[in-house]
Amino acid sequence: MPMSELTQPEPPLLEAEPPEAAALAPAAGADAPAARPRRTAVLLGAGLTGAGLALLVVGLLAPLVTVATLVLVLVGLVLAGAGGSRLGRAVAGPGFDLTYWLAMAWLVLLVGVALLAPVLPFAEHEDVASTLLEEPFARPDLASEHPLGTNGFGLDLLARSVYGARSSLLIALSAVVIGTIIGGAVGLLAGYFQKSVDRVVGVLTNSLLAVPPLILLIALATVLEPKLRNIAFSLALLTIPSMVRLARATTMAYANREFVVAARALGATRGRIMLRELLPNVLLPIVSLAIVMISILIVAEASLSFLGLGIQPPAPTWGNMIAEGEGDVFQEHPQVVLVPGAFLFLTVFAFNLVGEKARARWDSRSVKL
Amino acid sequence: MTVTEQAAPARTHASTLKATDVVVEFPVGRGQKVHAVSGVSLEVPPGTTLGILGESGCGKSTIGRALIQLPPPDSGSVRLGDLELTELGSRDLRRARARMQIIMQDPVSALNPRRKVKDLVWEGRSIWGHDGETPKEVLVDDMLRSVGLDPEAVRDKHPHELSGGQCQRVCIARALMMDPEVLICDEPVSSLDVSVQAQILNLLETSARSFGLSMVFIAHDVSVVKNISDQVMVMYLGKACEVVPSDEMHRTSVHPYTRLLLASIPGEPQDHPHAQQVSVELPSPLDPPSGCRFRTRCPIATDRCAAEEPRMREIAPGHTVACHHVAVGAGK
Amino acid sequence: MTAPLLEVDDLHTTFRTPRGAMRAVDGVSLSLAAGETLGIVGESGSGKSVLGRTIMGLITNGPTTEVTGSVRLAGVDVHGVKPAGRRELWGTTVAMVFQDPMTSLNPVKRVGLHLTESLRLHKGLSKGAARERAVELLRQVGIPEPARRAGQYPHELSGGMRQRVVIAMALACDPQLLIADEPTTALDVTVQKQILDLLQSLAERLHMATILVSHDLGTVAGRTDRVAVMYAGRVAESAGTDAVFGTPRHPYSQALIESIPSIESRPHSLLATIEGSPPNMLAPPAGCRFAARCRYAVDRCRVEAPALEPRGAAAGSVVACHFPLTAPLHHQHQEVGA
Repeated sequence: MPMSELTQPEPPLLEAEPPEAAALAPAAGADAPAARPRRTAVLLGAGLTGAGLALLVVGLLAPLVTVATLVLVLVGLVLAGAGGSRLGRAVAGPGFDLTYWLAMAWLVLLVGVALLAPVLPFAEHEDVASTLLEEPFARPDLASEHPLGTNGFGLDLLARSVYGARSSLLIALSAVVIGTIIGGAVGLLAGYFQKSVDRVVGVLTNSLLAVPPLILLIALATVLEPKLRNIAFSLALLTIPSMVRLARATTMAYANREFVVAARALGATRGRIMLRELLPNVLLPIVSLAIVMISILIVAEASLSFLGLGIQPPAPTWGNMIAEGEGDVFQEHPQVVLVPGAFLFLTVFAFNLVGEKARARWDSRSVKL
Repeated sequence: MTVTEQAAPARTHASTLKATDVVVEFPVGRGQKVHAVSGVSLEVPPGTTLGILGESGCGKSTIGRALIQLPPPDSGSVRLGDLELTELGSRDLRRARARMQIIMQDPVSALNPRRKVKDLVWEGRSIWGHDGETPKEVLVDDMLRSVGLDPEAVRDKHPHELSGGQCQRVCIARALMMDPEVLICDEPVSSLDVSVQAQILNLLETSARSFGLSMVFIAHDVSVVKNISDQVMVMYLGKACEVVPSDEMHRTSVHPYTRLLLASIPGEPQDHPHAQQVSVELPSPLDPPSGCRFRTRCPIATDRCAAEEPRMREIAPGHTVACHHVAVGAGK
Repeated sequence: MTAPLLEVDDLHTTFRTPRGAMRAVDGVSLSLAAGETLGIVGESGSGKSVLGRTIMGLITNGPTTEVTGSVRLAGVDVHGVKPAGRRELWGTTVAMVFQDPMTSLNPVKRVGLHLTESLRLHKGLSKGAARERAVELLRQVGIPEPARRAGQYPHELSGGMRQRVVIAMALACDPQLLIADEPTTALDVTVQKQILDLLQSLAERLHMATILVSHDLGTVAGRTDRVAVMYAGRVAESAGTDAVFGTPRHPYSQALIESIPSIESRPHSLLATIEGSPPNMLAPPAGCRFAARCRYAVDRCRVEAPALEPRGAAAGSVVACHFPLTAPLHHQHQEVGA
């Protein structure tokens, strides 16, 4: 093909228009003609959402055959989703992303409920002695005292999942914070000084990466007491190498930028360049990786607990709750596994989504600049 | 935006910037080195502008950076007034660097994307401490105005909210805020649009005059360099070919490479006998040709050019050239 | 007179962006006869590159793009045919040379293969014949030792050599029209001239129409039959090259030519500047788009957009200005177009 270059489509906006002109020219005629289609879009979106949610409620509460419930729930979800994003786009503009906002809503809800768990009217989550009279393996029934059912000891699954979220989130968050601070600082130093500092850091991170993570965790778990602090510490070790690598690579990309040369020409010291010129630019990609990392650590923590190496039952975590479904329990009482599994899935999914969004936004920005 | 003729009272506090036999080499692995700058000397008297002209890879940007010791040259000397910059300790060097400022090619990347314009302009003063009476806001606004920006409109903006030309004005304001003696401009207009180029060139010209600056102006465009400089140094593959007063350089310059550059100006007739070139391949700076580095492309090269490196010699007052085949007085 | 090779009629290219419609090309009409050369000059944001790509059919109607008006190339409606028909045009009728030769070449393919592939595909040549023709093409674009160069990879060539290879690729199937979009911007000054000379001599020798798109007035000066000066998506002025450089009739062309420093001017002389910056293409001003920066603008210019008309000058010369200039430009710039 003589036009083999055609296979690389150019972005349509070849040349950015100068922003100063953008500031001068008023956004003429943007509002008036758009008003009517917007109102129809709002009405349509709201209608669809309402219908979808109604179907969902009917499907969940009405005593129907399983197939009918499933169909109603699915149709309701699709309708509500379509309506919701229409509504959002009409109100908040074309950039509206419904899944992102749902993910954010889930995270806010989960963190809020987890924080307030002790004061919220949940049924018993941990004390087996107090639930001797409760029905074990109660089926989920949204109208009852145990909306998501109970486990083999009659402990409430909703309450256990919420308390599980407390430990899962606490462990994952503190591990990520520790890992980000240590990894980010080491990576910044390695990326800025390069040469011998970089070589030493490289050897250390590579050796940490050479140990399979699960084996490292199991080894640490056998040595350390399975306490929240120790688990957070071992998980933090896992995050450090990738944090170091990202911080190092980003720092190196910025260290040769002309604004760093300009700062040196002004007489800035190394410390000032690292803290005031480089850190603000390195921080955003690091934070977006940290958000994605939270979801990885939640899974890692759940895996540890599932293996019995994490927080010990009856104190709940999502991992040890899933482990209760071992053997025949899962076949007969799927809710024991499905409820914590759903919490785990939604949370990991939400953190990934939010992290990816943050990365797309912050990284592409830094590339553009 | 008008180029302001006002600004500070004219000062001639600048010191002479003098570089002697500067050598900069970059290792590229396997024992090989890029000979970026191989023994270049230059002198910028106070209040004058030296243009450095050359194509990509000739070492013109490297020598510009070597003048402010970023990075310092591998050998040779750089003196600012009585101060030998290559021998300074890190603290003294930082202080000396602040007496020289640099304006770079890509104004957007030369500004930290996370800072506001007012903090960018104030950066140098915040490093060295501000002990004057006048508050920061007033000084920043005055400086923005003197580079032709409206303080109200740009003060609180981030660099990505400004156009390329505005960003370059902010860079110039940041440099002038340090009250430097020497301004090194490294291709300051080559990333800008034609109509904005003229605005920035005018701003540099008037600022240099009203702030009493010496300038080193590095570019690849002959007309642009000639227009702003008092003297022009032409570089090829890490060496200086010719230093010529800018005034009549399109007539008086004699080095075959300078003639080639002049003949490459669109619309210029190729009438000079030295204007033709032989080969089109640029030799590698990893392994530059022996003798005269331009000989592989030179129409008048002889065996002597391969065997013996031509020295810089003066053929007319203020006009030196490194070529075996140019007679004294040829530059008249 | 036969029908022109290229006929562009009231072409609009609009990009739908999150911030609104951006009319990158806003009503451009032009025509080009076989063998004729046209320079399109403008600053970034003037729409010159988008125009080139729309003519080529690289930018077509799509989810974020709207193209109206027509482009007829050798009798074919570029935006009316199916994608397969458009692909047939590429290479055989129209070819393009881009700014950065490295992105036009596949780094893992040898130089020869870039050429032989299309020769075998479009012209059905045998392997040996294609190879022979490829070497011939490389020789034609002034590459020394073409047989050896054909066996090399793109990264082994210098920037100027690469751009020659790209030009050879564009010539492979004997196009009637070559669109060169900033072909020398990425190259060194001494190489720029060689590439432009090459394009000019090839166009003459092969009787190939050429459109030279550039931000640099010097690039087109003296090299094209006609020049169209673009500003903010529209053609400000279109005329013979000598006329534009000698007696520019649009204030923008005049200011643009004057703002370039000349080798003849005295050191430390201030340059003429165009104050301000181009308009925001998301909300372009009513009236003449250059009015806000024009030193001659009056109230009428700000409300009534001037049409592109001959306005009393020689045939083939049109200007979009209510008050076209008539005086020749200050002497020092005249030799640029000579």
